[in-house]
Amino acid sequence: MSSIAQKKGFGATIWDFMTTVDHKKIAILYLISGGFFFLVGGVEAMLIRIQLAKAGNDFLSAGLYNEIITMHGTTMIFLASMPILLAFMNAIMPLQIGARDVAFPFLNSLGFWLFFFGGIFLNLSWFMGGAPDAGWTNYASLALASEGHGIDFYTLGLTISGFGTLIAGINFLVTIINMRAPGMTYMRMPLFTWTTFVASALILLAFPPLTVGLFFMIFDRLFGANFFAVDMGGNTIIWEHLFWIFGHPEVYILILPAFGIFSEIFAIFSRKRLFGYTALVFATILIGFYGFMVWAHHMFTVGLGPTANAVFALATMIIAVPTGIKIFNWLLTIWGGNISFTVPMIYAVAFIPSFVAGGVTGVMQAIAPLDYQLHDSYFIVAHFHYVIVGGVVLAILAGTHLYWPKMFGTMLSEKLGKWTFWFFFIGFHLTFFIQHFLGLMGMPRRVYTFGADQGWDLFNAISSAGAVLMAIGVIIMLVNVVMTTIKNERVGNDPWGDGRTLEWAIPSPPPFYNFAQTPLVRGLDTYWIEKMEGNKKGMIFAEPLGDIHMPNGSIIPFVMSLGMFIASFGALYFLDGDKPWALAVLVIGMLILFGSMLLRSLKDDLGFHITKAELLEDAKGGKTDGH
Amino acid sequence: MAHDTHIQVRSQAEFEYAKKKRADEMKGHLATFAIMIFLTLIAFTMVAAGFSTYLIVPIILLLAGIQVILQLYYFMHMSGKGHGMVAFFMFCGMFVAFITVLALVTIVWW
Repeated sequence: MSSIAQKKGFGATIWDFMTTVDHKKIAILYLISGGFFFLVGGVEAMLIRIQLAKAGNDFLSAGLYNEIITMHGTTMIFLASMPILLAFMNAIMPLQIGARDVAFPFLNSLGFWLFFFGGIFLNLSWFMGGAPDAGWTNYASLALASEGHGIDFYTLGLTISGFGTLIAGINFLVTIINMRAPGMTYMRMPLFTWTTFVASALILLAFPPLTVGLFFMIFDRLFGANFFAVDMGGNTIIWEHLFWIFGHPEVYILILPAFGIFSEIFAIFSRKRLFGYTALVFATILIGFYGFMVWAHHMFTVGLGPTANAVFALATMIIAVPTGIKIFNWLLTIWGGNISFTVPMIYAVAFIPSFVAGGVTGVMQAIAPLDYQLHDSYFIVAHFHYVIVGGVVLAILAGTHLYWPKMFGTMLSEKLGKWTFWFFFIGFHLTFFIQHFLGLMGMPRRVYTFGADQGWDLFNAISSAGAVLMAIGVIIMLVNVVMTTIKNERVGNDPWGDGRTLEWAIPSPPPFYNFAQTPLVRGLDTYWIEKMEGNKKGMIFAEPLGDIHMPNGSIIPFVMSLGMFIASFGALYFLDGDKPWALAVLVIGMLILFGSMLLRSLKDDLGFHITKAELLEDAKGGKTDGH
Repeated sequence: MAHDTHIQVRSQAEFEYAKKKRADEMKGHLATFAIMIFLTLIAFTMVAAGFSTYLIVPIILLLAGIQVILQLYYFMHMSGKGHGMVAFFMFCGMFVAFITVLALVTIVWW
C-alpha cells in the first residue's frame, strides 16, 4: 500500500469507489447519487407545474399525474434530501470530532449501496409497468386498491433503502459516542455534529415503525395478508399511524442537519462564536424529543376524537418554542458580527425568513379546527414546501458551496453561486407563496387539473413561472460544478479563511487517514482557538506520530445490496401466477445476500497499517489521496 | 497503539476495598435473584388462585417491568460506569414505544 499518488484509469476509479470504505469517498457517492435523484425529482416537479400551468391542460393524463406526484415526493424525501444530508454528515462529521473514520466503515459502505439499489429499484418502476400512484404517504386503502406493481416497487424499494438509512444512523451514533478525539466533550462538539447525532437518534427510533408498516403492506399486497384490509377485519388507520410515527420524525431528520449546516455558516461568516451554543444544543434535543409526540397532527381529520386532537395540537405548538430559540440564537450570532456575504451566508440569511414563514403556517395547522379547513388543500402544499425547500434545500445548496472545497479541493465560483441563489430564491417564493392563497381559495392538493371557471388560472400560471426560475438556478449550479471541476484550482486547508472547527485544520480534501496524529481539543471551535493563539499547525496533538491501522476496501457491501435488489424482483412477481421464474429469482437473490454475509463472517479481514515512514513522506508534501 | 505496558500493583487497602465491593455485589445478586423468584411466584399464584383477568394482566405486566429493570441493573451491569449513553438510548426507545402503544390503544382500539 503506497500513499504516493498515481494517475488511475477510469475503470480503476470506478472499482475504487465500488469497494471503498472511506467515509469521504462514500460521502461523494451519496452526494452524486443524491444529486442525481434530486434532478429526477426536479424533472418530475417541472412536469407537475407544466400540467398545472393552465386550466384543463391535457399535457399529462390523470393516472400518469398521480404517478408523478407520488414519485416526486418519495424521490425528494427519501432519495434526494436525506442522502445529500448523509453525504455532508459522512464527509464532515468525523473530521469535526477528530476521528479517522466512522465507527463501522464496512457498514457505512453497505448503508450507501442499500440506499442506492433501493432508489434504483423504486425508479425502475417507470420502465416496468408503472410507478406507484397512491401519493408519497401511500395510504393503505388507496394503495391496496392500486393495480399493477407500482405500490410494490414503493414498498420493496423503500424497505431496502430504509435499511441503508438505519445502518447509517446507527453508525453515526456509535461514531459520535465513541470516537471523539481527546478533549472533545459533548458540549464542545460543533453544532453540525450535534444535529447529526440527534438526527441519527431519530433515524434509529423512527425507521423501525416505517419498516413494520412497509412489511405489513408488502404482506398485504404480495402474500395475501389482511393487516389493512377493512373488509377482512384489518384496520386501514394503522398504516397512517405507523407512517406518521415515522413520518414526523423524518421531517426533523431532514431539518436538524440543515439547522446544523446553517449554525456552522452563521458562526464562520459572522466571525463570532455561536450565540447561545448551549441553548442551541438543548433546543436540538428538545425538537428531536417532541418530534415523537406530534405525529397525529397529520391525521386531525381522520376522526380521532376531540381529546386526541387537542393533545396532539398542543404538543405540536410546543415545538415552536425550541425552534424559536434557535432562530433568535442565529439572529444574535449575526448581530454585531464581522459579516461577509459569501454564497453560503446569503443562503443562511435567506433561510431565516423563509423557514419562519413555513413554521408559522405550521403552527396555524396545529390548530385542529383550522386544520379541518386547510387539510388536503394547496395551503398544505405551500407549507411543507416552505419548510422543506426553504429549510432543507437551501441548507443543501448552502452546504454544497460551504463544503465543496473540503470534499473536492476546489472552490465553486462565488459569482455563479450568487446567480444560482437569486434565481432559486425568487423562483421558490414565486412558486410557493401564491399556493397559500390557492389553498385558501379552495384548490385541493393532488388534483391533476382544474376548470377555467374556478378562478385558479392566474395563480397557477405564476406558480409555474416560479418553478422555471428554480430550474434555471439549479442548471446554473450544475454549470458551476462542471466549470469548477475543469478549472481544478486547488485550495488550502481553510479556503474560507474563517473556519472554526477541526475539519478546516487539515488539507482539502483530507488525506485518506484524516489526521496523521489525533488532535487534542481544548474548547469549542478548536481550530479557531489554535489560530488565535498563533499555532501554525492549526492543532495540537494528543499522541506521537505512529503507525495507523486502516480497514481494507471491500466489494461485499455492493454484492449484498445487489442480492437484495435481485431478491426484490422475485418477491415482486411472486404471486403473479404467470411468472414461475419469480421464486427462483427470489431464492437466487437471497443466496447472494446470505452467501456474501457468510463470506464476510468467516473470512478475517484485519486491515492494513500505514507506517510512520509513509506518514512522514506524506507530511513532506507528497500527495495524499491514498492507494 | 501499544504504548508502554502499565503494571499496577495493588496496595492492601485497595485489595480490601475490591474484596468488599465484590462481596457487596454478590449480596446484591443474591437478593435480586430472591426477589425475582418471589415476583414470579406471585404471578403464578395469582393465575392459580383464579383472580379476575382484568386484575391479573396489569399486575403481571407491572411485575414483568420490574423484572426487566432488575435484570438490566443487577445482572447486566447497567449501573456500572460508562453505561450512561446506553441507558439513555434504551429509555428513549422505551419512551417512544410506550407513547406509540398508548396512543394506538387509546385512539385506535378503545
